[in-house]
Amino acid sequence: MPNVLGYAEVRGGELRKIALETTSAARALADSLGGEAHLVLAGAPGAAAHAGALGEHGADVVIVTEHAGLAPYNPEALTALIADRARSGYAAILVGASARGRDLAPRVAGRLKAAMLSDVTTLAYEGGTYIATHPTYAGKVHATIHLTTSDAPAVISLRAGAFSAVSMPRSARVETVAAVGDPNAARVQVTETTSADSRKLDLAEAPVIVSGGRGLKAPENFKLVEELAAAFGNAAVGATRAVTDDGWRPHSDQIGQTGRQVSPDLYVAVGISGAIQHIAGMRSARTIVAINKDPEAPIFKVADYGIVGDVFEVVPALTAAIRELRAKA
Amino acid sequence: MKIAVCIKRVPEMDVKFRIAASGRAIDESGLKWDMSDFDGYAVEAAIQMIEKLGTGDVVVISLGPDAVQEVLRKALSMGATRAIHLKAGDVPFDSFSIAAALAAELKDGGFDLIMFGKMAIDTAAGAVGVMTGEMLDLPTVHACSKLDIANGRGTARRELEGGAEQVTFALPAVVTIDEGIARPRYPSLKGIMAAKKKPLETRPAQLGAVRVSVAAMALPPERSGGRIVGEGAAAVPELVRLLQTEAKVL
Repeated sequence: MPNVLGYAEVRGGELRKIALETTSAARALADSLGGEAHLVLAGAPGAAAHAGALGEHGADVVIVTEHAGLAPYNPEALTALIADRARSGYAAILVGASARGRDLAPRVAGRLKAAMLSDVTTLAYEGGTYIATHPTYAGKVHATIHLTTSDAPAVISLRAGAFSAVSMPRSARVETVAAVGDPNAARVQVTETTSADSRKLDLAEAPVIVSGGRGLKAPENFKLVEELAAAFGNAAVGATRAVTDDGWRPHSDQIGQTGRQVSPDLYVAVGISGAIQHIAGMRSARTIVAINKDPEAPIFKVADYGIVGDVFEVVPALTAAIRELRAKA
Repeated sequence: MKIAVCIKRVPEMDVKFRIAASGRAIDESGLKWDMSDFDGYAVEAAIQMIEKLGTGDVVVISLGPDAVQEVLRKALSMGATRAIHLKAGDVPFDSFSIAAALAAELKDGGFDLIMFGKMAIDTAAGAVGVMTGEMLDLPTVHACSKLDIANGRGTARRELEGGAEQVTFALPAVVTIDEGIARPRYPSLKGIMAAKKKPLETRPAQLGAVRVSVAAMALPPERSGGRIVGEGAAAVPELVRLLQTEAKVL
């Protein structure tokens, strides 16, 4: 049966953008296989409310599992659930490569003895082979990879932002299934969750990202970056590795080869020199703006627009201009 | 306490890569190689655990051609006890077959803790560690930024989108290591001398069927950046105009 199974990520009771991206990618892949797109929607009671949105983004079937033990990220319960469903016969399993998806997808592949493609930015199916692009070597080399399998489904994780969520006038059939095993009996138990400010936009989802580097000179000066992000109204705050290594910002804010890879519409780099490590994480942004006092900084080579100047003068001026613009709109 | 750390030899990233004549790999000539960053953090964290306990073994394992023995020797010179080289002509681009080969080696090793870097910085797939944990059917925690082991149990911190979580699990277990745990030490001269006498075993990697292959490698198009709008705060109005009318992002 050439159907595609996708995982729709729910976090904090909310359907994430990457869930819609995964759904639309599953739709496109199912169309090339001549099959259906089925999405696993699992979470605390209430998760079923998101089934409609998945239908509107291309799902034929939404498989709903509600259980209080699925409220936090529960990789063992999700692996059991997805693998159990997959055994009924699927050609491919798609998982969005969020921090959770990067953990979940290889578990599912290991459980199903399935070959896997990780963090792909394009995906096609031709003549029995899955063909995907995977950025490697700090984003400086793009590998075209082929997966051919007959004995198990292909497990493929999708880079956040690389696949568009496409709305379409459809509605999905909803199936309700019970959790597989006891979600509360996971061998790895979450004892404490610290959530970031829930008003804060996630780096993977924000259309605009304002990032700060060492050029800000001290952790308290990050408020310049935060104020600019607030002025945009739809921006998340990122940081370089130097800054997260020094503890100015949490590691989860790090954008770069060893941190998060992001593709926002607009990326504003404040006091960032542009080390290769950093550029690997943001080079796929649609538009890049750099503000740095050193005209020779490598960030200017990748920036669409650069301002050479003191971040302590330029950034407040930009914040004021964006505020004024939005006040008029 | 017996700890295994799986490490990968990778090229330095701070270079302009060229594509090999085959069109399916990078041109490796002239590249410098080292242990992958995250694997270095894992080796350091493992050695620190053993040092704190005053007893135990750190076994480092690497899969690939003979050249991977360089990074195994480096880990031994940092303080690992012994090394295992799983010999393969090339490292396949297939996370599953690598994980299967590692799981086959680790299965009966009697390890209390099996550690990986959260990803290799060259291929950046980040799948092998977790997949190996699944194959071994052990509690598995991905991307730990803190890790404590005591009384047969582990506690770890993971950073996720929108927050962090603290988890607890029983040993034996598999963990992959994120930044923030430990900065790898530089091998001392004494360590380098001692490493020469430490055991390094070699056996063939049991990769099984390889189902993923590289059809092509290519350099992505360069961004056509480099346009300086102006200097200082005076350039802000022009930047805003360009963002509105040209880039159309405002």
